[in-house]
Amino acid sequence: MARIFYCLQGIKMRPKEKAKLMDKDAIGRALTRIAHEIIEHNKGVEKIAIVGIKNRGEHLAMRVAAIIEKHKGKSPPLGVLDITLYRDDLTNLAQQPIVRETKIDFDISEKHIILVDDVLYTGRTIRCALDELIDFGRPQTIQLAVLIDRGHRELPIRADYVGKNIPTSKNERVEVRLAESDGKDEVLILE
Amino acid sequence: MIKWNKKDLTGLRDLSKEEIELILNTASSFKEVSTRGVKKVPALRGKTVVNLFYEPSTRTRVSFEVAAKRLSADVINVSTETSSVKKGETLIDTGSNIQALRADIIVVRHNSSGAAIILARHLGICVINGGDGWHEHPTQALLDMFTLKEKLGRIKGLNVVIVGDIAHSRVARSNIWGLTKLGARVTVCAPKMLIPPGIEEMGARVEYDIDKALKEADAVNVLRMQFERDEGAAFPERFEYFRKFAITKERLAKTKKDIVVMHPGPINRGIEISSEVADGDNSVILEQVTNGIAIRMAVLFLVSQGRQSK
Repeated sequence: MARIFYCLQGIKMRPKEKAKLMDKDAIGRALTRIAHEIIEHNKGVEKIAIVGIKNRGEHLAMRVAAIIEKHKGKSPPLGVLDITLYRDDLTNLAQQPIVRETKIDFDISEKHIILVDDVLYTGRTIRCALDELIDFGRPQTIQLAVLIDRGHRELPIRADYVGKNIPTSKNERVEVRLAESDGKDEVLILE
Repeated sequence: MIKWNKKDLTGLRDLSKEEIELILNTASSFKEVSTRGVKKVPALRGKTVVNLFYEPSTRTRVSFEVAAKRLSADVINVSTETSSVKKGETLIDTGSNIQALRADIIVVRHNSSGAAIILARHLGICVINGGDGWHEHPTQALLDMFTLKEKLGRIKGLNVVIVGDIAHSRVARSNIWGLTKLGARVTVCAPKMLIPPGIEEMGARVEYDIDKALKEADAVNVLRMQFERDEGAAFPERFEYFRKFAITKERLAKTKKDIVVMHPGPINRGIEISSEVADGDNSVILEQVTNGIAIRMAVLFLVSQGRQSK
């Protein structure tokens, strides 16, 4: 979902690849660690549920849930959020957003919700996700897991679980590619 | 994915196949909103939608109102019975005044064909056709197609029969434009006096025998017999119509087992459809109503986006 902010910068040219930050193994290790941190922090998986933010957060959420299932023998409930309709910039978007389906078919009340996204940047996507999630009920806690935290927050939002912290400049792009949507696992920094 | 760049929806005739598919896909995302505990998203917060209805309507008006409210828009209903229209104000003047009030979207229902197009041309704000004369009723056709796609998984290659007063029906026209663009085969069926000349040029086949028409049909859309438009000799007699064209249990027994029965409402039980069929397993009439909200949410959202992109 962090991709939406790049569109706002109006980049039309194909950006140049600057460095590869993570490969398939590094992504796998980061997700395994995050999954274990989630189990540790919540003292088990009894009341947790995992909600991915479209599109890549959804894939990451499924992977984290699969790792948890492997270790605990049970997959936590899994949901998907599309935050398009909650965006604060809907009225002045250059690019037309595509509305996709939100799917949370379990009761989130009293649960510990782990929100999952690929890149944490300004924090505005997470603000949308928090608003949308709270329209579904009152969870016990909402925790945030991201693969990449690249800084430059515009809102008071932080992640509870981070795959990798990457200091970036605002004119760089961080691109997370995942096998499910891009055919390959890697994290790149582009300029 | 194509982009929506129209500020209005006046009919399906002017839309491309891709634009129709975009509306249907957007609607399927919006359908979920109505199943939530809090049935509301902030997408049209701060926007004003005016329902301008020159003809009586419950379903369409309420459906647009519910759709707009689920998107957090403010909704104002103007019924011509209680407005300056009674004092002789023209459609364009009424529209200009609504625009001057800084409304963002007008949904117009009018008894004259072409009313929505006239309004759309004269105004800078969004205009959605909620049914104009015998011309088009695009959101009804869209929700019919959405329901068909949901039930049968596709539109392409389906045999769809539209039975009833084709001559006076905007629902029939919008359905013919939309369904043929998406690759369905449309057959219209009615007594000769209710089939308008030139309907074949729109891409529909004409069949006067309902049993023959239904033989290969995947779906049948039953139109209401509009007896309020009764023009004496040019209209069939009710009992005669029921005997020859009504969709009854006996007729359905001779068709495909899982034929989908649709009706845009309001239904006249015992005239164009029997109660057993209207309430039976093949009927999706109430699902159409539910899907109407998602379609109208999608249309309100897209025209609003389309106006910005201008």
